[in-house]
Amino acid sequence: MNHAVILPVLVPALAAVLMVLAGEARPRLQRALAAASCAALAVLALGAVQHTGSGAIEVYRLGDWPAPFGIALVLDRLAALMLALTAAVAIATLAAATTGPEPWDRRGRFFHAFFQFQLMGLNGAFLTGDLFNLFVFFEVLLVASYCLLLHGRGTERLRAGFHYVAVNLAASALFLLGIAALYAVTGTLNLADLALAVSRLAPADVPIARAAALVLLAVFGVKAAVFPLYLWLPRTYTAAAPPVAALFAIMTKVGVYAILRVHGLVFGPDAGASALVAGPWLLAGAVATVALGAVGAFAAASLAGMAAYLTVASVGTLLVGVAVFSAASVGAALYYLLHSTLALAALFLLAERIAAQRGGDGFEPRSPVAQPAVLGGALVLAAVSVSGLPPLAGFVGKLALLQATGGLAAAPVLWAVLLAAGLGATIALARAGSALFWKTAAAGAPPERASFASLAPMAGLLAASVALAVFAAPVKRYTDATARQLADWRLYGPKVLRESGPRSARPYPPGDRR
Amino acid sequence: MEFLVAGAIAVLTACGIYLVLRGRTFSVVLGLSLLSYAVNLFIVATGRLWIGVPPLVAEGAGGYADPLPQALVLTAIVIGFAATGFAIELALALRGASGSDHVDGEEPRS
Repeated sequence: MNHAVILPVLVPALAAVLMVLAGEARPRLQRALAAASCAALAVLALGAVQHTGSGAIEVYRLGDWPAPFGIALVLDRLAALMLALTAAVAIATLAAATTGPEPWDRRGRFFHAFFQFQLMGLNGAFLTGDLFNLFVFFEVLLVASYCLLLHGRGTERLRAGFHYVAVNLAASALFLLGIAALYAVTGTLNLADLALAVSRLAPADVPIARAAALVLLAVFGVKAAVFPLYLWLPRTYTAAAPPVAALFAIMTKVGVYAILRVHGLVFGPDAGASALVAGPWLLAGAVATVALGAVGAFAAASLAGMAAYLTVASVGTLLVGVAVFSAASVGAALYYLLHSTLALAALFLLAERIAAQRGGDGFEPRSPVAQPAVLGGALVLAAVSVSGLPPLAGFVGKLALLQATGGLAAAPVLWAVLLAAGLGATIALARAGSALFWKTAAAGAPPERASFASLAPMAGLLAASVALAVFAAPVKRYTDATARQLADWRLYGPKVLRESGPRSARPYPPGDRR
Repeated sequence: MEFLVAGAIAVLTACGIYLVLRGRTFSVVLGLSLLSYAVNLFIVATGRLWIGVPPLVAEGAGGYADPLPQALVLTAIVIGFAATGFAIELALALRGASGSDHVDGEEPRS
């Protein structure tokens, strides 16, 4: 067994514990630990991408228990891709949280420890091959995200925080309900084994499995912010500290990841009577999400609020590809996922820098910014990328998505909504830019110029977004291969499961209805 | 016994949903707790209902109950308890900061 598979979970856990031990009195040690942990995660993630690039699937059995009984961690292309994305966003947001005139990590207690626990939850959710373990890692990342969201306090944060916590606790209850219903009919929780069991269900059990699949879809829909379950997101992301909001850009993608894993593998094309049960619901929800996200971007009163609605729209866009569930559409959606996470994280960080120089985040006239060329250029770059104009990565991803969905019966609606939303996002961002840079009021004291260090994280994310467009061909090849690997149980299942032997610890046979 | 367990889960869920939809933070937290109790009972029931057998292989016990749901429910109880504690603390902080125990942090305009 390759023990490196579990390190992306253990490294942040260890770092967080050391930070709590070091205490709040030693902020420099905390920062050093955070930087070391993030650097280690980046190295591990790059190693994982490189290792899985050949198509290898690495399985780590905790305690060496055979797979359906013990918990297995599975490192495949998709997991490696998500680990790499998490590491990239983590480094940028960590840098953003520790720089600036009033660094965010000094405005409250134990920022770095919660940050590491958040990374531990994210990495664990991406690595685990067990449905209940996925729930546990979801809880780890959620509890950390509650604390990060409240970081810095303030009444508005508390208000948004209570909504966020209540919605997610209700979703957790539903998650357990879905897992339990699935266990009741299949007797297993290992994802590979579940896929096998679901495809062989007795006809009487199929409706329960389908119901469980849709309950789980609702849960992941809450995390991913799909219509009509996105209402918590705009307020939460606007109220969060900007580096936290930038980190949260990846939180919605955890929901997308879980949909891909559970509905792609367990209820995938080979699942017999429950095959692709989520597809129609998800497609309708995704299209509505794109449309409402674009409308919301128009209505937003600040750049951060606009970025929050654009997050909703981007999730809708990539869920269109997920809902169609062909190799081409999922490959395009994964490419779009990489791009949108990086670009939106950059937009959240940029919103903070602009707000700092204007003296406020809203679009009302305020004092002019001190560095219009730098900040304006960055906003143009981010806007072009987020709204999907050529030549940046958003355009490449959207084009691939349109190509992949061209043959569908619903293609006219999909294309119309996706293209109109792109146009809407362009206009909304153009309006935001003109309001932020040209609508100025009489200034008081000239604003302080942003230091190079405080602009670097945002610039790094934008550079990564541009690199994604420059190296579109190799990245797209990787995501396409990821999509093909994801849809094929024969590549995943036999690696995880042992060949023979009993499959369940239950003292009664499968299908027993007592 | 099946009817009793199913009825208990149904009543808890109904009360939980009703309370979660109320406008005051205290009711919402209570509702979330009731929902998690309902879910915990449901998890235990997915291993089927057993009487008088331990959840492990023991001599002379005459069989064993499905151990996995019992392990799952322990995890779920711990996580649910911690999350409820956090929600209560948050509700108190919100009450202190905003002066209102409404979930929106302000009294609704009538």
